[in-house]
Amino acid sequence: MKIVVQTESFDLGAEVDAMRAGRSDIGAIASFVGLARDMNEGSGVAAMTLEHYPGMTEKALAKLVDEANARWTLLDVTVIHRVGRLLPGDPIVLVAVAGRHRGEAFAACEFIMDYLKTQAPFWKKEDTPEGERWVEARASDDAAAARWNAS
Amino acid sequence: MSLRVLYFARLRERFGVAEENLDFAGTAAGLVAELQARGGVWAEELAAGRAYRVAVNQEIVALDAVLPDGAEVAIFPPVTGG
Repeated sequence: MKIVVQTESFDLGAEVDAMRAGRSDIGAIASFVGLARDMNEGSGVAAMTLEHYPGMTEKALAKLVDEANARWTLLDVTVIHRVGRLLPGDPIVLVAVAGRHRGEAFAACEFIMDYLKTQAPFWKKEDTPEGERWVEARASDDAAAARWNAS
Repeated sequence: MSLRVLYFARLRERFGVAEENLDFAGTAAGLVAELQARGGVWAEELAAGRAYRVAVNQEIVALDAVLPDGAEVAIFPPVTGG
């Protein structure tokens, strides 16, 4: 398991290679990369700054990976989240999940992202033509996380 | 009883403070009420109906949670990472 909060960018290929290096029990790796967009809520976004709560962030990410491990049989998980100033097109977050089969890898990857969006203490601030603004939490993100409790 | 209280993101900016030490005994809701009583931006941001979260020792808690002595308490807006 690898959980990192960093300012630097990351390379999906390198992370996937590191997961599968030296092992032959993995049948599937599902991954997600979230990117900074140039538009949000009808305004152009020139840049964004990501703030977090050092200490709690790492604990919250470890906790949600533990929850994924309790729900599915996973062989490895990598979560990398960037902080600091990012430009449109820059990668923000990477989640990669290795399992024996695709089913648990796909499901756990989506679960981790849904929980990360609502549980991990990160906040985005955008630079727009109207000035700086903090991104507001979305009800749709709460709904996405809640559906994992419904079944 | 002494608490270390941290603020993040919009709340840190509006309050103009990132961290302070407070003498307080009681629940998370009680602490929020005491902060609201400062008036101004404190009353505004922590008013009923405004969305914020409280973490105690780096775990999100319900407002009725009792704050342990020496706790690190954080108050912040709903998270927006990912």
